[in-house]
Formats: sequence, C-alpha cells, structure tokens
Amino acid sequence: MKKRVEMIVKSVSEIALDTFEMTLENAFTAKAAVPGQFLHLLVDGHTLRRPISIADINREKETITILFKQIGDGTKRLASFQSGMKVSAIGPGGNGFRYDASMATALLAGGGVGIPPLYCLGKELRKNGIQVKAVLGFQTENLVFYEEKFRQLGETYVVTDDGSYGYQGFVTDVLDQTGNFDHYFSCGPIPMLRAVTNKLGNDSGSISLEERLGCGVGACLACVIPADSEGGYRKICSDGPVFAAGEVML
Amino acid sequence: MTQLTVDLPGLMLKNPVMPASGCFGFGREYSEFYDLKQLGAVIMKAATGEPRYGNKTPRVAETPSGMLNAIGLQNPGAEKIIVNEVPFLAEYNVPIIANVAGSTVEEYVKVASLFNNADSVNALELNISCPNVKEGGIQFGTDPDMAAEVTEKVKASSHLPVYVKLSPNVSDIVGMAKAVEAAGADGLSMINTITGMQINLSSRRPLLANKTGGMSGGAIKPIAIRMIYEVKQQVSIPIIGMGGISTAEDALEFLLAGASAIAVGTANFQNPYACPEIIDNLPHVLQQHGFDSVTDAVGKGHER
Repeated sequence: MKKRVEMIVKSVSEIALDTFEMTLENAFTAKAAVPGQFLHLLVDGHTLRRPISIADINREKETITILFKQIGDGTKRLASFQSGMKVSAIGPGGNGFRYDASMATALLAGGGVGIPPLYCLGKELRKNGIQVKAVLGFQTENLVFYEEKFRQLGETYVVTDDGSYGYQGFVTDVLDQTGNFDHYFSCGPIPMLRAVTNKLGNDSGSISLEERLGCGVGACLACVIPADSEGGYRKICSDGPVFAAGEVML
Repeated sequence: MTQLTVDLPGLMLKNPVMPASGCFGFGREYSEFYDLKQLGAVIMKAATGEPRYGNKTPRVAETPSGMLNAIGLQNPGAEKIIVNEVPFLAEYNVPIIANVAGSTVEEYVKVASLFNNADSVNALELNISCPNVKEGGIQFGTDPDMAAEVTEKVKASSHLPVYVKLSPNVSDIVGMAKAVEAAGADGLSMINTITGMQINLSSRRPLLANKTGGMSGGAIKPIAIRMIYEVKQQVSIPIIGMGGISTAEDALEFLLAGASAIAVGTANFQNPYACPEIIDNLPHVLQQHGFDSVTDAVGKGHER
C-alpha cells in the first residue's frame, strides 16, 4: 500500500542563493525511501503538490533531507516552514536508481537542483564500495552547494556557466577529464541530460528527469515523456523518474 | 442510520461518490492507497477507437484554487482497455462507467459498441466535452444538434445507459441538456472543465504546450453548482455532479443543487484518499443538515 504521511520539519536552512535544505522526520518514509525517489509535498493554499527529490536518508534518525530552489509561491511557502511544523507528503514516489553493485566506478553528473538525488546515490554507492566521481554544474558561484559533501565521496569537479567558480562551461565540458567509469548517473534539466547522453552515448548510464506533475502516482498522465516502447510514452512520476539512458526520447 | 444508496439508470450505487474520468486512470494507482470496493462507482479514463498519444508536455499548470490540464485523451484504445483494465476494476465489484470519446460520430458508436459487448461495464459516459483535442469532443458538446445526433446514435448502438457529459463552455447549458435528454440520454454528467490559459512571463508563451487547457478544481465549483441548479429545473433525467468537489460538504451542496450522485476529480491529486474520506464523512454531514438519506437531499436547494 502507498501512503500519505505527515512529516515533521526538523530544520530548514538556505544553503545557497534561493536554495533550501530541509530535513523532515517520518519513520515510514525514512525506512522506505531509496536514492532517486521523490516526496510529493502539500503546501497550503496550493492545489497541486510539489515533487522534491530526496537528497539524503538517515534511517537511524528516521529523517529525509530534501533540497529545493525557491522559484514560485509554492516553494517560497515551503521555504518559510519552521521546524516542528507538519508537512503532508505522499511517497516515497517513483523508482530509484538501479545499479550493478559489482561495478568499480560510477560517474555522477548533475546540474542545479538535479544534484541532490545524486548525493543520496553517491553515499549509497560508496557504502557498497563503489568509487564515485562527480561533476556538478551550476549557473553561477552563489548557487553552488554540496561541493564539500561530494568531495568526501570522491573526485569532484565544479563547473559554472559563467566561470565565476570552478571550471567555466557546462557539465559536458569537463566530462572528458573524469577518466574511466563503469556507469554514469545524471540528473538535471532536459537540455543538460540531452547533452550528457549524447556525449556519453557509448557508455552505460541512467538519467533522472523532472517535469510538472499532476497526481504524482501515475494516474493523470500529465508528466509523460516520449519513448520507443509500446504506448509511445513513459510516465516520469511512476515509470521513472529514473530511466536508462536511451530509454526515453529527450 | 443514514442511507447512502442511490439508484440510477444501470447503476445501483452503495454510495453516491465516484472518481471522475481522467483523474483516476483505470484505478490501479489509487488501489495502492485504499480498497476500491469502498467507492460508489468508478468512471474510467476516456477511451477512443484507436490508441491516442495525447498532447505534448507541459500538460498541467496550477491556477489559483485549481489547475489547467491538456492531456489530450491519451489512452490505449477501447479494445485494450476492455482486455487489460476492465477486468482489474471488475475484481473490486464496483459499478464501472466507461467514458466514451471520439472524433466522429462513427468513432463514438464504435467505442460504445465495444463497451456494450464487454462484461462488467454498467454504463457509458459520453464525452462530448473534452476541450483539449483538436477534433471531436467539444464541438459535439457545444452544438445541441450535434450533441443530440451523437447521443441518439450511441443509444441506438448500445443497451447500456448513457450519461452525457456536458461542457460548461456554452452560453446555454439548459439547451444542451434538453437536446440530449430529447435524444434519449439516460442521465447527465456535469460539468467538464472550462477552457483556460496561463502565460509564462519568462517565455512570454502559453505555459501549456497545447496553449489552452481545461480548468478544474475548487475554482470552478460555483459554475458547476449554477449549471446543475439551472439544468435540474428543466430536465427530468438524473445528474452526476462534478466540478471542484473535495469534501462531503461540497458533495451535499451538489446534491442540493440537483445532482443525484457526485464525482471527484482534481481533489484526488492533492488527497489520494479524497473519495473514501468524502464517503466516510457524508453520513455525518447529511445528518448535520437534517437529511436521513442522500436521495432526501437531491434538489433540496431549489425553492419550495
């Protein structure tokens, strides 16, 4: 059975410009969640829930950490939540990252708010003895987050569009420097994913997509993406958000 | 003991609450939240003669107290629905209403005939009001003569009772209702979504790929109430009411306006338990307002 739960806000902090890290407590969700899944959060005064990907899972403390960018009214309201408040969440939603636990090295390539689920995944990969390399792309310096956390997992390259921090350019501009890997995992805006999958076309990879969701559980068909498979479409919320590179048409 | 049962053409409902078409798929997703046998009935997602891929994305946008959608009738086609989806729903022993869509009268008739020959489908909801496809759907729902023609032809091709789903995108809703009643409709289903648009300030373009979408949610409830109220005074066939219902109080308001049963759409997205919660709360809300049964409340919002 799927569940709607009340999660308790444990902390909220702005970790980069308009970028908020929130820790939420709920025993069921913290036990059930895997990297790559999302929470579908209700913000009072809004008809549709907000899908936010999971950035960290702490099974002992029974908490989930999420990261989101304050863009519209809904995320602005979410950012104003205080610790102790309750948030209605459906989830964990979608399917997480799948991987071959016997691989030696994984490459994580994320852009902006597509980076958080890769952190959650990177931690799990390291726990399973898999080497991790990360390429993190941001628009500009004041939007950079989690650089140190990724450095603790492995070799990390930060790139900004305007060159104000780290390398200048896009994620794809530094992929050549990362050396060999067995499988890549990428999450970010669709143009970035298109560029990454084109560049790494011969490698085995997984991508995670974002889209406006309606129901978030696979019933309303709002968040589809064209695919070659029967039916012509896959549902991002329930077939994804993680797909094998090449499985869907970006 | 509050009586929730409702007896409608082809539908013996244990309660008047059903998920609305397009907001519940074919029930599989919500069956992971609760036992679907609690529902009064299920209205399935629209079926067309051939598979449809629907519109490009974005397909949804949030609005104040509601949302816009332009899915575009994506569905695997009536034949696959009958083979793959109806048997799943039938296991819950819940009345099934098939939503029938098409681009031509022939397609409506084809889809209706397919469901007519399928086991476990109890009624048809004739979708002449989808605002999100280029051909079919809404033009049948805005012209009383075309609405009557498609209703008549579908009635002639099927023994199942036909509930015609009306569009609010008309100036004379009563005229539409009377036209389909005269053409043999067994009931009405109202209202479908209201055409709307949202423009993105950054891109300076309509946010939805389809440009326009159908508006739903709490914001359209007063429009639905008004239309059901007006139609109830002029037609004698029963009405399944819908448009922004999210609580048992909303459901009672629709009964008072003249609906005999109600459907819940957008509310499922925010609260996957919306339907069972309304069913649970309805007896109390009815009693609170002096009604011992659902049927007692129907039409009681009209002047005595």
